[in-house]
Amino acid sequence: MMRKVINYKLWVIGFGIFLFLTHNSSLITHNYCYAQSVSSTELINNARLYDGKVVTYEGEVIGDIMVRGEYAWINVNDGQNAIGIWIDRNLTKDIFYTGSHKFKGDWVEVAGLFQRACLQHGGDLDIHAQTIRKIRQGREIIERLNMSKRNLVFVLLGALCLVWILKQLKLK
Amino acid sequence: MILKPRLEDIKIIGYYLGKIILGLGLTMLIPIIIGLAFGEINPVLDFLIGIEIALIFGLILIKLCFTEKDLNWMQGMIVVSLSWLAATVLGAVPLYLSGHWKSYLDACFDAMSGFATTGLVLVQDLDHLSYTHNLWRHLVMFIGGQGIVIVTLSFFVRGASGAFRMYVGEARDEKILPNVISTSRFIWLVSIVYLILGTLALGFVAMLNGMKPINAFFHGACVFMAAFDTGGFAPQSQNILYYHSLPFEIITIIIMILGAINFKLHYHLWVGNRREIFKNIETKTFFITVLITFCIVAFGLTQVNSYPKAILLFRKGFYQLISGHTGTGFMTIYSRQFINEWNQLALVGVICAMALGGAVCSTTGAIKMLRIGIIFKALKEDIKRIILPERAIVIQKFHHIKEIFVEDKQVRSALLITLAYLVLYGLGAIIGMLFGYPFINSLFESASASANVGLSCGITNVNMPATLKLTYIFQMWAGRLEFMSVFTLIGFFIAAIKGKR
Repeated sequence: MMRKVINYKLWVIGFGIFLFLTHNSSLITHNYCYAQSVSSTELINNARLYDGKVVTYEGEVIGDIMVRGEYAWINVNDGQNAIGIWIDRNLTKDIFYTGSHKFKGDWVEVAGLFQRACLQHGGDLDIHAQTIRKIRQGREIIERLNMSKRNLVFVLLGALCLVWILKQLKLK
Repeated sequence: MILKPRLEDIKIIGYYLGKIILGLGLTMLIPIIIGLAFGEINPVLDFLIGIEIALIFGLILIKLCFTEKDLNWMQGMIVVSLSWLAATVLGAVPLYLSGHWKSYLDACFDAMSGFATTGLVLVQDLDHLSYTHNLWRHLVMFIGGQGIVIVTLSFFVRGASGAFRMYVGEARDEKILPNVISTSRFIWLVSIVYLILGTLALGFVAMLNGMKPINAFFHGACVFMAAFDTGGFAPQSQNILYYHSLPFEIITIIIMILGAINFKLHYHLWVGNRREIFKNIETKTFFITVLITFCIVAFGLTQVNSYPKAILLFRKGFYQLISGHTGTGFMTIYSRQFINEWNQLALVGVICAMALGGAVCSTTGAIKMLRIGIIFKALKEDIKRIILPERAIVIQKFHHIKEIFVEDKQVRSALLITLAYLVLYGLGAIIGMLFGYPFINSLFESASASANVGLSCGITNVNMPATLKLTYIFQMWAGRLEFMSVFTLIGFFIAAIKGKR
């Protein structure tokens, strides 16, 4: 008798867990329609399809982090195009490097609401980030002197001096 | 009978070309100074190589072709057309050495696009380009916008009467001051004053938008040069979309319009004649054409509901339109959005705006407002002649600094240049279609290249065929010089081959 009650309770708990999971998973699939990251070209070329949907987008943070009150703009380039990300400024604290000539920016994965013509931002195509995850830390690009370029500079300088001297001789 | 050019002609052309190349080479000192300030070693080496090559070529030409004779019309025109080609080839050297351009042709494409103030780009990974190279990209727009020859006229040529011939050859047929060298210097004065004001305005806005001070003012200077010279390059790959800022967009609109205004009008505004702006045929025509083309764009965008609110439609639609009409090419949308989200009617509106352009003696390309105004006045005169009795005397006047009567000579000249531009737009569109691009896309890109605008619907990219790249380079060159110098150069080559001694 006791065993039957336990079995019954197990069934009820199991059914409860099942309901909880299915309910949550439906929420998850609703919010994260595109869990796999989508490229910028795909987003731009099919903007109407992705409009108003939550997408995952990844790329290198480039340029400046432009803080605007409680939020900030970052621009993320996936190698094809850069897309503006509107993000809570607190979420940008983990970004150490932004891409420029001297730095390789942090590679981040952003999940957020994609908007083809954002009502809040004057019709910009942008993503309003909900979460951001740093995938790879950026780094400083150490510039080494290019020896062949340096040598070419000296060779050309010699040629230039020669031409200059010849020109002066002619004038005299 | 066509006469073969004499050795003397070639010597005079070579001598002045050498001087211009020398002047151009020396302008590379500016990015070198910036590069040293930012501690960018290899980019500085790129420019040292560039400047040395330019100086060697310049000095050799001056030495081999030394002459004390002045230029005639034909020689002046040829010097101008060749100096733009030389500037492209030599200006591309440091760009190519940076490794951000896939081929030397691509670097030449961007150099011509810069000098001709077009704004179409083939640069790769722009977001990692050095300050040194980025400054050069924008500086070539500043130099090209004022006119390559004007740089030399202002600083290297003194009192030569041939200067005026080169000045005209560079598509500037209006003298602001009695002396052409004083005119060149005035153009530089206006540009430098606006450069300081514009850089400060854009820099402060960029700082308020959250950019670091150094970046803010660097971007301010670069964007100013591209806006005032109606160029269209920007320091980042997203162009103006990078800034996500309405005040930044408004300031760039003001600068673009200032760049599209005739320098003669600037002069009159400077000396206090502010009424001129309301009476001038060019400003009136500009206002009307902006209004008409914007209505077309707005109607087109409404048809496909591209933007859900009127304010968004205005912000996006008007910005791209004014950017196209002034010949700038700044964009706050992605290239592909033109094709994917704008309908053909909206694109036709932008194409018309691009094809019309700004004022004569400004930094814009295309047909230009004065010519459109004159053609319209002539049309009005002809219609009046038909309607009114035969004995009636019909005269038409227009106001351009002073009251001018419409004459057949002016109308003929305006119509010829308009026709030449229409042929150039069509030619580029046909070549684009030969490579399999749809008609509207090809026409859009062709008009953008010929009118030195720089808006792109996506055709311009590194993978486009080399022939198309060469076509656009030719269109940018011919469009910027308004044909005469280019035709003279072609004629000169024909004479060299087929002419008789």
